[in-house]
Amino acid sequence: MANIPQRVIHDWLRHDKKFPHVWCAGCSNGIVLGSIIRALAGMDIQRDDIVMVSGIGCSSRMPVYVDFNTLHTLHGRAIAYATGVKLHKPHLKVIVITGDGDCTAIGGNHLIHAARRNIDLTVILINNNMYGMTGGQCSPTTPHDAIATTAPYGNIEPDFNICDLAMGAGASFVARTTAFHTQETQNMVREAIEHPGFSLIEVISACPVIFGRLNKKGGAPQMMKEMRDNSVPLAAADKLPPEKLEGKIVRGILRKEIRPEFCAQYADLSKRVQAMGGEK
Amino acid sequence: MNKKTTKAKTTKIEPAEKQPTKLEELQEKRERKMVLMQGNEAVAFGALDAGCNFFAGYPITPSTEIAEILALELPKRGGVFVQMEDEIASISAITGASLAGAKALTATSGPGFSLMQEGIGYAKITETPCVVVNVQRVGPSTGMPTSCAQGDMQQARWGSHGDSPAIVLYPDSVKECYELTIRAINLSEKYRTCVILLLDEVLGHMREAVRLPDMANVRVISRIKPTVPPHWYKHYDENQKYLSPLASFGEGYRYNVTGLTHDQLGFPTNKATEAADMMERLRKKITYNIRDLVQIESYKMEDAKIAIFAAGIVARAAKAAVSMARQEGIPVGLLRPLTIWPFPDDAVRKMLRDVDVVVVPELNQGQLVREIQRLVKDRSDSKLIKIQRVNGKLISPTEILRKMKEGM
Repeated sequence: MANIPQRVIHDWLRHDKKFPHVWCAGCSNGIVLGSIIRALAGMDIQRDDIVMVSGIGCSSRMPVYVDFNTLHTLHGRAIAYATGVKLHKPHLKVIVITGDGDCTAIGGNHLIHAARRNIDLTVILINNNMYGMTGGQCSPTTPHDAIATTAPYGNIEPDFNICDLAMGAGASFVARTTAFHTQETQNMVREAIEHPGFSLIEVISACPVIFGRLNKKGGAPQMMKEMRDNSVPLAAADKLPPEKLEGKIVRGILRKEIRPEFCAQYADLSKRVQAMGGEK
Repeated sequence: MNKKTTKAKTTKIEPAEKQPTKLEELQEKRERKMVLMQGNEAVAFGALDAGCNFFAGYPITPSTEIAEILALELPKRGGVFVQMEDEIASISAITGASLAGAKALTATSGPGFSLMQEGIGYAKITETPCVVVNVQRVGPSTGMPTSCAQGDMQQARWGSHGDSPAIVLYPDSVKECYELTIRAINLSEKYRTCVILLLDEVLGHMREAVRLPDMANVRVISRIKPTVPPHWYKHYDENQKYLSPLASFGEGYRYNVTGLTHDQLGFPTNKATEAADMMERLRKKITYNIRDLVQIESYKMEDAKIAIFAAGIVARAAKAAVSMARQEGIPVGLLRPLTIWPFPDDAVRKMLRDVDVVVVPELNQGQLVREIQRLVKDRSDSKLIKIQRVNGKLISPTEILRKMKEGM
């Protein structure tokens, strides 16, 4: 972070008429955006070649504020729109900003199939454990027994482990971090963008105004502290006995492997078919 | 050693021995200009001739041949074919691809068309060119997947939530499937919107001898590109009858696209004036250009006292009914809209002025007839005969003739 001046974030934002932003005080989305911008600013990428795609939700409002090609789509469909963009212009860097409800409830189908295809998208999933924009309803990542406006007596459903889901579907890069760990997020974003294949970063975030209030988590500082104290890096987690890992957030790159990428495979197929003498 | 030589020889002569695929045969015939093809095949070749270079779709009867042909053809031409996980993903992917600069199309049938409605609304509000082909089958729900119906006429107009004008084309022959697919892509590019092509199941699968035009005679329209520097670019510029330039992602114009109500630059707004401007723009884009959009065939209407108003495959039967009636000395004519939305109000009203009886046969429970009722409601001198059917069977010319005589 030291080698990137503060001015960077300002430079990468759109200023005309976009602010104040929609996020509540204490929200983690802006912190994650900062990490993303710092990661991109440290890479050799032109802004014209970055497409930021999002669905619907608090985190999905992010693209409006940044100076890239930005596409704010329908609830759950960001990955499907991103697939179209990427397939037509594979040289573009396509980053998908999404949330837990957007990506794993209504958009779950697109997530697993994009992971299966291993298309080179970078999905940054900001997980605040419920639907923030609509006011605190239960999502697939709301913890068991947690309170939500649509689970006023406590949530009886088990929650998704998003990283396991993505890995099960075949994602070739999967990582988890928290909004507290900004430097780690920044490094992961960079690595994910450089990774040639489908990558997903789950960023555990804090929603003090709704989730925090409903579940008596304290304010933003308390929730930040919880992210710090309640998470363990992957290397340390490997050494801990399972009972000590109970309820902990395991941070780190959980999978990174090279598999044939979808756009590259399609280009090969197209070349092969054309060499066979397909007519014009 | 011996084996190796033989193998090498075999490899060498392989291209000559390669059996031509069905499509290569088709292509050869096409070079001779006369070809027997299905409506669905005509749609696929029309799309290719119009410059379609991106298809995302999901298999569904009775439209699947369109996807199959494009899966075979697009990679040969450097285009993209992708089979998505569902129809929602398909409409989303073609919209994304279009914003990246592709001419993109998808094909589906009733159930998939219902799933696509939200995405169609998104393409309309964001003014992103794309084409949805709906080869209609009997509904509601799964209905009769291999049988013919015209039940999606009103869905094509009103299917997506909120107010948004629609451009919907309706062919009646295999040749017209080819022509109207080209027109659909052209109109989508020109008007920056999602254009819908409605086919009847029978038309999708019917084979007819078609003479396709030379490519030199195919008029292809592509979106206007901006010429202004990026900081002057307005994604929704207001000049020229609302037909504004469209930059693609990656060309240096870093704009925002959102399904939220937006201002001229594409940024979300809650201001009443800006919201009203956007809605007016979407409406006027169609109404100001209605003459360019409307196409209607008028057959033996000059002296007609009875008019049959029908679209698609039903109009084919109606045309035969006109000839049969004329032989009996009954002055009947046919009006057939090629553009069903925007509905050609003025043209139809004018053509029906001297007509006493209007017959509206259709393969649904009364979708097209609503528009005719709307146009003739103030006339006491005209009679309306409805012929409606949804059982998977077509309406025959004799049936039209009989019902017409009974009703007269």
